[in-house]
Formats: sequence, C-alpha cells, structure tokens
Amino acid sequence: MVKEAVDVHMESKNLVVRYGSRVGVGVGGGVNLPLYRHKVTALIGPSGCGKTTFLRALNRMHDLTPIARVEGEVLLDGENIYASGVDPVLVRRRVGMVFQKPTAFPTMSIYDNVAAGLKLVGIRDKRRLDEAVERALRGAALWDEVKDRLRTPASGLSGGQQQRLTIARALAVEPEVLLMDEPTASLDPISTQAIEDLLLSLKEQVTIVIVTHNMQQAARVSDYTAFFLNGEMVEFGPTETIFTRPKDLRTEAYITGRFG
Amino acid sequence: MKRLYTHFGDRIFATLLLLLALGVAALALLMAYELYRGGSLALQRFGLLGFALGREWDPVVQKTFGAWPYILGTLIVSFSALLLSFFPALAAAIFAAEYAPRWLAQVINFLLDLMAAVPSVVYGLWGIFVLAPWIRDKVQLPFYMWAAEQAPWLVPILGVPTGYGLMTAVLILASMIIPYTAALARDAIALVPKEHREAAYALGATRWEVMRLAILPLARGGIIAGTFLALARAVGETMAVTMVIGNSHKLPYTLFGGAATMPSVIANEFTEAVEDLHLSALIAVGFLLFLVSMAVNFTAAYVLRRQERLVKGVL
Repeated sequence: MVKEAVDVHMESKNLVVRYGSRVGVGVGGGVNLPLYRHKVTALIGPSGCGKTTFLRALNRMHDLTPIARVEGEVLLDGENIYASGVDPVLVRRRVGMVFQKPTAFPTMSIYDNVAAGLKLVGIRDKRRLDEAVERALRGAALWDEVKDRLRTPASGLSGGQQQRLTIARALAVEPEVLLMDEPTASLDPISTQAIEDLLLSLKEQVTIVIVTHNMQQAARVSDYTAFFLNGEMVEFGPTETIFTRPKDLRTEAYITGRFG
Repeated sequence: MKRLYTHFGDRIFATLLLLLALGVAALALLMAYELYRGGSLALQRFGLLGFALGREWDPVVQKTFGAWPYILGTLIVSFSALLLSFFPALAAAIFAAEYAPRWLAQVINFLLDLMAAVPSVVYGLWGIFVLAPWIRDKVQLPFYMWAAEQAPWLVPILGVPTGYGLMTAVLILASMIIPYTAALARDAIALVPKEHREAAYALGATRWEVMRLAILPLARGGIIAGTFLALARAVGETMAVTMVIGNSHKLPYTLFGGAATMPSVIANEFTEAVEDLHLSALIAVGFLLFLVSMAVNFTAAYVLRRQERLVKGVL
C-alpha cells in the first residue's frame, strides 16, 4: 500500500479507559490510533464496543464522569492533552463535539445558540459575531433556512435543523477537530443526507471523527475506519480496505452482517 | 360513540377513580363555600371590599372589622421571606447538584429534607427563646441606639426594638421555606438531560458557564415552581409566625415592631371570639386567605405553562 501524504493530527497512545474496575476501552492492550488531518475517521462496532468511550477520551469528556479513569496519552499536534497543567476547557475549545441528540439550548434564539461558544471566549464585538454566526450557519448548511428568523427560539426548529444548529455552534469557535457521536441516529433520512453531505465539505477545514452504527454511512463519508469490538480496537485502515479486504476475521464478520 | 372501557371491572375502576377525583374537587369548593358562609355576616356588614381594605380592627369598643392590616402583614412577611430565602436556597441547590462531592451533596440534601420536616411550632419555639432575644440584643438595640444618635429619621421606620416583630418573623419564615425552594430547584437541576450539560462542556464552557447556558434555562420551570410552593407555604404559615411576630395590627408597620398576618390573627383571636360578628370576621379573613392562596397557585400554574412551552421537546 502506498502511504498517503497526510499528517497525523491527533493520536492515541496506549489509551485505556476504565469505569471503576471495568475496562471500557483498551481491552488486551491500550489503543493506538492515528487521526489524520482533514480526513474523516469513522469508528464502527456493535453497541457497547467502546467506540463512544474512545471518542469521549479525545476531548476529555470523561473528566465529567467521576468513576471514569483514562490511562495512556492522547496527542493533539504532538502534545498530550492529559498532561498535568492542561486545562480541559481549552482542549474542548480546540476539539469540538456533536452528540446523538440535538442539544440546541432551547431557551436561546438561533443566533445566540451559534454565538454561545464565541461569547465564552470573550468575543463581544457585534460585527465579528454576526460574521462568525453567518459563516458557521453556512458551514452547517443551515443559513438559507434560518436567515430570516435568527432571533426566534431554537426550539422552533425541526430535529434535523437543530442537529445542524449544534454543528454550527461547534463550528463557530473554529475547532481543529470535530467529534461526532452518532450525529444522525435520531434523524430522518433526508436530514441524515444533509449532514453526510455536510461532512464531506467540512473536512476541508477540520479533522472529523465520527462514531456510527450505520456501516453504509461509514463507507460513504469516511476516509479511514477503525473497528472496535468488546473494548478492543480490532482493526484500523483506509475505509476502502476495511470494507473490501479486512485482515481480521471479526471485522469481516461484522461488516458482512454476521453479528452486531 | 364507542364505550371507552368495555370490560366490567375496568368500568367499575374508572367510575371509582372519577368519584374520588370529584371528591377532592368538591372538598375544595365546599371549603370555599363554608368559609364564605361563615364569614358572610362580616362580609355583608362591611362589604367585601370594605372588609378587605378596612384599616380598623376593633372587636371590643367600636366593633368594626377591617382586614387590611392582616392582608398587608401577610404580603410583607411572605414576600420578604421569599426574597430573603431565594438566593441562599438556589445557591444550596446549585452547590448540592453540581459542585459538591457526592457525600457532601447527600449531607446537604438530608439536612434540607430534615429542615422541611421540622414542625413549625419548633421553629416558633426556637424563635421565641433563641432568635428573638438574640436579634433584640445583638442587632436591633445597637442599631436603634446608633440610629437615634446619627440618623433620627430612621427611628420611625425601625420601630420599637422588642425582638418580637416583623423582622424576626421574616427571618424565621425565610429559614422555614428555604428547603422547599432548594429541594425543587435541586430536582429541577438534576433533571436537566446529561446531553445538554455535555454539549455546553464540549463548547469549552467552564462549570459556571455550563450552569448559565445549559442548566439554569432548562431548570427554570422547576425553580419557579419551588418558589411558588414556598410562597404558598409562607402565606399560610401560622404557628411559627404567630409566636414571634408580636401580634400588633397597628399601622404603619415598622421593621422591628410588632405586626400581624391573616393566619396569625385567626390563631390568636379564635378562642376569644365570643360575639357572632367577631367570629364571622375571623372566618372572613380565612376566606380572603383562601382567595390569596388560590391566586398564588393560579399564577404559578400560568408561569409554569409558559415555561413548559419554551422548553418543549427537551425535558
């Protein structure tokens, strides 16, 4: 295989996440996984395999779970985000996240939702905010649908629109990496299509990691795929290779639908 | 129309439920009616408005009855207590729900529940024997002496520093309603879906920013509900207030001096109301209290409905 001319943006080194005494991810040795810059990496595997646990380790969301413990390293541009003295708040500003359920702040207007992250970093200038909001909403392919009602409550949007709003909100702070945890799992096929199209255009600016249950989705949108099973990272490679010539029998069994 | 419940047992059960539910509603209506009937003698003599706004309450000489001093006292005491308790209660709730380590949160929650369970007569006793003398000696007297020398214009506002009066009643009442506001606020905060806090954290928000962005807007309904529950409780609180408020209906009320509320005058004068008109006037005060409580509850329901519409589809 010819090595592609891409560089590693984020990378996990011997990563193990424990919940109390249970190992959530990193069974049989810590996970080593590179995430290439401006590429989409899909994490696939059956429920409970550890893919979401792995994803949440990438922006220190496990800090919020008292019983979770992370071992090993996660490098962002070569620097360990778990090193002592690193502020998780600053990590999360560089590594954004979108969740399965749309989480628009319902009492805020559409505009304020998108501007929320910018205001957190102290941007108050109205012109800058206006520009950033428009850019983020355009980036999330939502601008045309909401430009005439930016001041109305976000709760008035449909589920698919709210999900794109949360993507816009995450994009507004210009993160380097965007983590997506089954972003289309609660959406209808049309909204799903809109978000998948969006991913392909977004990767020009950000590195994307997406957890998905839907293998067709992984095949459609991702450049690289990692297959997780029972807390173990079984196989990682270019998506095409994983889906056509997997090395591990378990990967083959999963993608051909024999379990999961 | 098709019968909703075709099975015989279902129909009996549904009928039974309906009767019991109607019974509760009937009880409330009956209570309102009985209060009105019992107070009708006084209400007819002075008119509803004349009774509610009358400033004179003299059962002995003039035999006139006006409930305004008690209505005013109830409003002042309840809202002051609410205002005073709201922020400590909210702070306790936020701390217990978001900041405290688990063991400390459990201790706080246990103590809050305990506070709510203490009988009000115990609060009253504590007020009489501990709080009132302490307030008199350590707060009211020194402040009064200072005001008498430095700011004489304050004296008529302060009133006589007896320790038993408006200020003590407000303090006692505030500490009694803290657990209500706090417990409901805490539950409302805990009910905010995990995804919403995580979404705010993922944006790079700090703990307080998560609170402000994601949690408080969604918990607002529950917090408001707790506030109104506390207000309803404060409006109706009888024993503890009666024991420390000094029971004076002389207007204008002063900060340190005695005052009276609707429940306190009923509790105080019921045993000595030998004349029909006096008794009727007390029951009429009860009727007004019923109306005030109802107004509080309706307002609460209205505010909550608006809040629910705002966050629909989230909680």
